[in-house]
Amino acid sequence: MENFRSWIDIGGGFEVIVNWLRSNMAWLFGAISNAVNGVLGTSRTVLNAPPPIVVIAIFAAIAWRTAGLGVAIFTFVGFGLIWYMGLFTLTMSTLALVITSVVIALLLGIPLGIWASKSDTVWQVMRPILDFMQTLPAFVYLIPAVLFFRLGPVPGVVATLVFSLPPAVRLTNLGIRQVPTEIKEAALSFGSTGRQMLLKAELPVALATIMAGVNQTIMLALSMVVIAGMIGAGGLGNEVLRGITQLRIDVGFEGGIAIVILAIFLDRVTQALGDSTRKQT
Amino acid sequence: MAIIEVRDLYKIFGPSPKRAIPLIKKGMSKAEILKKTGCTIAINGATFSIEKRETFVVMGLSGSGKSTFIRCLNRLIEPTHGEIIVDGDDVMKMDMEKLRQVRRYKMSMVFQNFGLLPHRNVVNNVEFGLEISGMEKEKRREKALSAIKLVGLEGFERSLTSELSGGMQQRVGLARALANDPEILLMDEAFSALDPLIRTQMQDELLELQAKMHKTIVFITHDLDEALKLGDRIAILGPDGRVRQIGTPEEILSSPADEYVKRFVQNVDRTRVITAGTVGGHPASITYPSENLQAAMRAMERHGTSSVFVTDTDRRLKGIVTIDAAAELQKQGKKDLGSAIIDDVYTTSPSTPISDLLATAIKTRYPIALIDDEGRFHGSVSRAAIITEVSKGYEGSNNDLPQTLSELQTAGANGEEA
Ligand SMILES: Nc1ncnc2c1ncn2[C@@H]1O[C@H](COP(=O)(O)OP(=O)(O)OP(=O)(O)O)[C@@H](O)[C@H]1O
Ligand SMILES: [Mg+2]
Repeated sequence: MENFRSWIDIGGGFEVIVNWLRSNMAWLFGAISNAVNGVLGTSRTVLNAPPPIVVIAIFAAIAWRTAGLGVAIFTFVGFGLIWYMGLFTLTMSTLALVITSVVIALLLGIPLGIWASKSDTVWQVMRPILDFMQTLPAFVYLIPAVLFFRLGPVPGVVATLVFSLPPAVRLTNLGIRQVPTEIKEAALSFGSTGRQMLLKAELPVALATIMAGVNQTIMLALSMVVIAGMIGAGGLGNEVLRGITQLRIDVGFEGGIAIVILAIFLDRVTQALGDSTRKQT
Repeated sequence: MAIIEVRDLYKIFGPSPKRAIPLIKKGMSKAEILKKTGCTIAINGATFSIEKRETFVVMGLSGSGKSTFIRCLNRLIEPTHGEIIVDGDDVMKMDMEKLRQVRRYKMSMVFQNFGLLPHRNVVNNVEFGLEISGMEKEKRREKALSAIKLVGLEGFERSLTSELSGGMQQRVGLARALANDPEILLMDEAFSALDPLIRTQMQDELLELQAKMHKTIVFITHDLDEALKLGDRIAILGPDGRVRQIGTPEEILSSPADEYVKRFVQNVDRTRVITAGTVGGHPASITYPSENLQAAMRAMERHGTSSVFVTDTDRRLKGIVTIDAAAELQKQGKKDLGSAIIDDVYTTSPSTPISDLLATAIKTRYPIALIDDEGRFHGSVSRAAIITEVSKGYEGSNNDLPQTLSELQTAGANGEEA
């Protein structure tokens, strides 16, 4: 066994690959870094520019429009509580991280899902990769992310978006494949091009399912962003981590509550968006 | 003139489908070929032409290849072999761009389960085809609204399709197809998903629309009654994907091409399909006032009838003269027929099914005259002809028919001897 390991050194091999990538693909990681920083910076600025009370009011209004009065009240009280606990800025950082990862994950995931839905071969290749991505423990994503992007928010976002990508791909693929044959045939029979078919028939009909994927992606991103606090992504993850490492039950608990409030808000609002598209179908 | 010509069309599903064609030509059955090659034969060498402005019905049982056939016409399904000539162009040789043109401007399709877009309201659904072909918004809205009017959906323009009943949803499907103003309508079991009552209503409305629009309609159905009602001509597909017979409803009913078609049509109420025009003849008739009593007598004698129809010089029916009335005139020494013409003779259009004539036939003393919309005389149908036609359907079909007492007794006696 030991002999074999000196022959085929899995860990060592991986290291070689990573080193090669680091020295030869630096431009790529630089570009990714810049893109992530761009989106992240913008969303942070937008979320932190107005006074907290205004942000809270806007969130409550969004909840009201989409999910109804109950969720709106919850949002107002919940974010008020976060503010009261002094965690508002941290919560907004976390939200900015989530938004950044989700936006990038959807920009990648939805086109991938569309591609997979058009070709059985593509889907057959993609499926085991997605399975693999979803079964891997969340922490594992942190290692290559740190290797390529060092510490800080960028590797946090990268790890998060990779972790939260699968449901967006899966449900987009599923949604489009589930479009009734007759609807596809109808679109074709009136002379649609592939593009018209996608934009005017498939995507609108699949929208409710795709929205369910968006919801799942957001929830996964939120859970991962907290873990990414371990590599210095910032936000509430840091707070919880501080609670754990310093055995400060109060800090950890308050951070936890803020995360739960944020999670419920995001979940209810995106679910309601999905339902409203489903209602018309 | 034929607008669609289909020549030697094959569609075979499965791996390397072309391999199966020689086997078919060798005469192997569908099941044998499936077992040997894994290929399913959906269309098996179809050749026929569809005339401009006719309603051509393709009818067959489940799995006989009807949906496959209609989808070959606009290549939603790629045929394996053959030619499909639409207006002189072979659809099978077209590139995608040309094919899209045909789909956009020449043929539109109506689907069994409607195929409507659930996220669009009625008017947006109806203008879908026009939107695809790139028509500007104002213009396509206008066309969509007039198509909606045509199918009687006014007032529902803004409804979501999911709020509508099945019959109304299919009206949306029909309006969507009509909005493009195509020459050809492809309808795949368009009414099969509807309740029987709504279905009959939709059939009537389609007939009415067709009388106005004169499209070429290819209509798929598995229901023989529907085929007979709607079709100018009907193609019957066998379970092997082969066309068994093509003909008018009456041809199919009165001379089925083979055992399969015969079994298919034997339960149909023939009297609802066979029309007075087919059963009727061209009996004695004279023109009045240019012909007189003498001519009437001679006509009756020649045809061996007891009455003669009288028309004017434009062949418009004026009435009937009976042998008794003619004899009376002769006795009085009159030559002019005028006073002997009776006009309480029943008339009907040549396209009336004979089932609708039975009651009248039993009541009337004279043959029923056949006249067209302008009142022109086209012949007549006698009581005997109607009854013969009605009873034909029962011949030899079963042995529960009434028998005479003497027949029963001889049958009984024979039975004892045996
Ligand atoms: N995509 C396909 N792949 C393989 N076989 C097919 C496919 N589509 C149809 N078939 C087979 O081709 C034959 C004809 O099918 P088709 O759907 O045209 O029949 P149909 O007359 O429309 O029947 P129904 O009344 O059930 O709609 C059937 O045996 C069917 O199983
Ligand atoms: Mg079918």
